[in-house]
Amino acid sequence: MLKIAKERLNDLYAKIAESMGLFIPIKRAGEVNYAVWAEGKEVSLETLKTVKSPKNAFFPQTENMMKFKTEGKNLEVIDIRKDWSEEKSFVMFGVKACDYKAIEVLDKVFLAEPVDTYYQLRRKAGIIVTLACSRPEESCFCKAFGIDATSPLGDVTTWMDETYLYWQANTEKGEALTALVQDLFTEGGEEEVAAQKETTAAIIDKLPYSNLDLSRFKPENLNELFNASEWEEMSEACLGCGTCTFVCPTCQCFDIRDFKTNEGVLRYRCWDSCMYSDFTLMAHGNSRTTQMQRFRQRFMHKLVYYPSQNDGLYSCVGCGRCVNKCPQNLNIVKVIKTLGGKNND
Amino acid sequence: MKDVELKMIERAKELLASGEVARVIGWKKGEFYFDPVPASFETVEELDSLVYNYFCGANLSKYLIEMSKKEGKTAVFLKPCDTYSFNQLVKEHRIKRENVYVIAVECLAKLDINKIKAQGVTGVTDVEVVDKQVKVTSLYGEVVLNKPDVVLEKCSVCQKTHQVKDEEIILHERPERDVNRFAQVAELEAMTEDECFAFWRNQLSKCIRCNACRNVCPACSCVKCVFDNPASGIAAKANDDKFEEQLFHIIRAFHVAGRCTDCGECSRVCPQNIPLHLLNRKFIKDIDSFYGEYQAGETAEGKTPLTEYTEGDTEPNDVFKGEAK
Repeated sequence: MLKIAKERLNDLYAKIAESMGLFIPIKRAGEVNYAVWAEGKEVSLETLKTVKSPKNAFFPQTENMMKFKTEGKNLEVIDIRKDWSEEKSFVMFGVKACDYKAIEVLDKVFLAEPVDTYYQLRRKAGIIVTLACSRPEESCFCKAFGIDATSPLGDVTTWMDETYLYWQANTEKGEALTALVQDLFTEGGEEEVAAQKETTAAIIDKLPYSNLDLSRFKPENLNELFNASEWEEMSEACLGCGTCTFVCPTCQCFDIRDFKTNEGVLRYRCWDSCMYSDFTLMAHGNSRTTQMQRFRQRFMHKLVYYPSQNDGLYSCVGCGRCVNKCPQNLNIVKVIKTLGGKNND
Repeated sequence: MKDVELKMIERAKELLASGEVARVIGWKKGEFYFDPVPASFETVEELDSLVYNYFCGANLSKYLIEMSKKEGKTAVFLKPCDTYSFNQLVKEHRIKRENVYVIAVECLAKLDINKIKAQGVTGVTDVEVVDKQVKVTSLYGEVVLNKPDVVLEKCSVCQKTHQVKDEEIILHERPERDVNRFAQVAELEAMTEDECFAFWRNQLSKCIRCNACRNVCPACSCVKCVFDNPASGIAAKANDDKFEEQLFHIIRAFHVAGRCTDCGECSRVCPQNIPLHLLNRKFIKDIDSFYGEYQAGETAEGKTPLTEYTEGDTEPNDVFKGEAK
């Protein structure tokens, strides 16, 4: 294990940024989000939850896909995918355990056949440096999904205390990154990291949402859960905004649209939200006509549909962003407590 | 505030039990003290989970667009600021007034959990208000904060009084205070054009286009928003283009100009804490100076400065130059 004094972190960022893009939590106009590091930016590794999740780096909110040009009866399709292999790779720095697990959830969607090459190219290029949590909040419930916030995976795992950042490479990509920055580090930190893990684990055990009962969310209960009478009441206050879906690290739906430009047609995709009235709009109209149906879709997808297709893996990772951000205080915890199982209160 | 809550539950139970109303709109207990949820109650039993506390900042007026169309009367608890939105929606024929029974309820300012967290308190599990102090319990200890530092922005400059009431529940007198809601607007006006542009670009570039501001806004009551309508040709879910982003919020501010009551919900719900209320407040300040002081939602009738023509109106050119006649 390696360590670096916190006051020297800026040197570390600068060293990485010399040869590749560095995405890191940066404070701008009061809020912390992942952004490209540059000298003078206000890095905030202490921030537990960035407003938007790191999924943005692999699955951007908006992404151009291809261009079309027409001339007479000819249609030219122009591939505009960025070939990252010829570019520098990039580093996502400070990814928490929940958000890292969320990338696994996205992988199962985008890297399964047919592979989403846009996502794949970014995933190949990205080096993920995770950061263990030491000060979880009341809205955190990653433990309920079997995630250990004290020891996230990733290409490199880091831990941070008052004085040092500790560094451990886990993969080939991580080793390569370590070789690049090794001069800035010294050996040591095993004891400090072990102590921190123990302290944090004790806090996590006591978090109010750590022991949610998910036992009822099983494929065989699909119909029963779908038809539960509680959805009406749970969704009543829903504004139909997209906040929960856009801050969610696992929401993966997108819309594809064409945009007419002076130089032909640009096809792009952008995040979509099942909370929106025009989500999956088809020629005949919309398959979900009420907000209750849209609300139900979101939580059924996270807790029943996705796991039934992915060996029981839930597509919620307990990051708690929706808990913090829903304008009317609706969230997945309230759904789990209402429908999840007998041991919720 | 507990005494107010008990009184509210008592009255709501009476109204439901007597059949005077078919449902009551209020707030329902959350998981913590600070996360109540807007809710409707249709039985006396359900009302035991009604809550009214320092985190009931949500404006319930907009829910009445749908609720007032239902069978039977709907009772609703409205804070002073909410009644302006209510009036405005009645004026725009969105709420069926005859189907609503308004219970005016005292406010004494609501708290902002984000402002509490911004004071460096993490893992908040409980909040207790005693006079001007806010005692916050967290996973990492207890702190006492100064209440004025952690109230919702809309409450920090509020001087509103109930404009609508079929009855009221007011048990405590609200202290008089002297506040200026245009102070922040004046700061923006004092900036150079470049500074002001930089301020808004910095703020608006955070926008994730979740539409929470639009969906919560009582003035945004179009049945189908032009931005949700694929047939409009300008429907948009993307937020990538910075220029478009600036336009979305400014177009929205124009659309609600003269109708915005300054209820502050847009800023309360923004996940990126963009001070959207400042755009609307700038319009309100300009309308005041061009057409005389006007508060949207004070009445449910009559014309508004931007929908009425008089011969002495400020000329568009004066508006452009920013000079009142």
